[in-house]
Amino acid sequence: MKNKGASLTARLAAAPHIVWSVLFIAAPMLFVLYYAFTDKEGGFTLDNISQLGNASYLTIFMRSAAFAIVATAICLIVAYPLAYAISRATPKKQKIYLMLTMLPMWMNFLIRTYSIMAIIEDTGFINTLLTSMGLDPIHMINTDGSVIFGMVYNYLPYMVIPIYTVLSKLDTRLLEASQDLGCTPFWTFVRVVLPLSRSGVVSGITMVFVPSVSTFYISQKLGGSNFDLIGDTIERQFQTAYNYNLGAAMSLVLMVLILISMAVMNRYSDGEESVVV
Amino acid sequence: MSRLIELKNVSKSFDDAAVLRHIDLYIRDKEFVTLLGPSGCGKTTTLRIIGGFETPDEGDVFFDGKKINDLPPYKRPVNTVFQKYALFPHLNVYENVAFSLRLAKLPEIEISKKVKEMLKIVNLEGFEKRDVERLSGGQQQRVAIARALVGNPKVLLLDEPLGALDLKLRKDMQVELKKIQQRLGITFVYVTHDQEEALPMSDTVVVMDNGVIQQIGTPEDIYNEPANAFVADFIGESNILDGIMHEDELVEFAGHTLHCVDSGFSKDEPVDVVIRPEDVDIVPAGTVPLSGTVDTVTFKGVHYEIIVDVDGFKWMIQTTDYAAPGTVVGLRIMPEEIHVMKKSKYSDLYGDYSTYFDGLDDGSKEEKTKDEK
Repeated sequence: MKNKGASLTARLAAAPHIVWSVLFIAAPMLFVLYYAFTDKEGGFTLDNISQLGNASYLTIFMRSAAFAIVATAICLIVAYPLAYAISRATPKKQKIYLMLTMLPMWMNFLIRTYSIMAIIEDTGFINTLLTSMGLDPIHMINTDGSVIFGMVYNYLPYMVIPIYTVLSKLDTRLLEASQDLGCTPFWTFVRVVLPLSRSGVVSGITMVFVPSVSTFYISQKLGGSNFDLIGDTIERQFQTAYNYNLGAAMSLVLMVLILISMAVMNRYSDGEESVVV
Repeated sequence: MSRLIELKNVSKSFDDAAVLRHIDLYIRDKEFVTLLGPSGCGKTTTLRIIGGFETPDEGDVFFDGKKINDLPPYKRPVNTVFQKYALFPHLNVYENVAFSLRLAKLPEIEISKKVKEMLKIVNLEGFEKRDVERLSGGQQQRVAIARALVGNPKVLLLDEPLGALDLKLRKDMQVELKKIQQRLGITFVYVTHDQEEALPMSDTVVVMDNGVIQQIGTPEDIYNEPANAFVADFIGESNILDGIMHEDELVEFAGHTLHCVDSGFSKDEPVDVVIRPEDVDIVPAGTVPLSGTVDTVTFKGVHYEIIVDVDGFKWMIQTTDYAAPGTVVGLRIMPEEIHVMKKSKYSDLYGDYSTYFDGLDDGSKEEKTKDEK
């Protein structure tokens, strides 16, 4: 039996967090559950969920997943070498590089996305430049590529930071030990650096994949009306169709899918550090 | 025995601070060599140059007669046991030991056989599947040794390998390391700041300070014939006094002229005189020229440690005879126990026990503050 005084203080200290959690996490979740399993009159139904099984919704789910996977993969390919380079720089330079990586995040997300629009529009910055140079304009906006670019641009720092954090803590003596035991720098990277940075990679993947798969703003602004992602569809249920029940069901399914993919990812991390979103 | 490793005129600086100054050193095959000195003396840098982790600014490194200055670590037939071990946390004991074998693409049966053999040598049979981070310090140490030895290196470099272990374990590992070295018949280069570790294990001790080799010799040489006041003080306890060498085998110190066995100094040359605490006998005052007042007495088990004040200079004496504080005693020193050294830049820095405090003495000399003396 531990002394009760300490546990009381601990509970008091935790109280604000508990209140917060109940108000803003548990209660909304319950609302989502409630709407997902009821019809407009409030009676229990599974219709909302079963509706999602039809082909048009399945396509949207698949497309969202595919876009998010591609964006996450690109982020990983770009972020890993970047994070590695930053972690090997002198401490002073590390700070500067990190700040440069984070800098876009200080700008509002909406403004960032609008800026991308302004740059890649058919009459945007790049095409104006091209035409003024006598070249043919390139159609970029409202394509798969522009949406994925938007995701990569917006979420790249979320991939760089966790990988950098793990790499910067990597004990350089392990690298020396590896070389001492006969590994060339390349094999040292494959056999020591890569496995030891896995937890950072897993965190990064989760932190990029989750917002990418549920985004609606990026696809609306950079994808036009060509295609819907799951986020757009959910938004429309609430904003224009006023079908809260279907929207809640979609959110619920998306959440379950994300939880499943996170559980899968966690199996690949060391088990010691579980992924925090 | 041939010269396996040779350092010729090696110098190294970090950020303009000289760490090694013109080191000349050779290490013979199958030899147990210890680089001994206080922190910052350059011993670890010397080891890292042999391992290939540092390149000398000046001078050359030879292995088996071939210059290896620019040979990267992964091409050197030398393996290292790192300070605090540097085990791979993502691999278990078996895979840590098998690391270099996997690289050589040996068949699994052979790897398994070699790893098992090596784990047996370091007394870790049955630990194959254990997580290295869950092992005790001593066990991690053994894994590090097994990992470094499994690839049959010509030379094993050990960087303060026992520093993180407690005293009892350290003593056991010292004996074991020496056994392993003799059994496998390979060269060990061992870095430590602990003279108590260096003397029992080594064939050769290299005493370093301030980036310079102070003395190279067998443990007996280093202890009995220290080259200068630094070595005399760093290895064991020493009373170091100013003296004048009047002629061969006749030296004056502490106000008296005594016979000794040293020769080869110029007439009336100022010298340092070293007398080990265990070489002084306490006898009744008046029977010998030298006498002083007992300051403090500490019982150490095997002997008493007595501080005797002789005209203001405090001597340390280790003897089995008790003498009460305050009594006047005679100090008898046999001629062969007086060791005369040339003056060096270390003269007058060491060897007086007036600020000696027993509680600080933990066997390692690193924490001792020299500037108080």
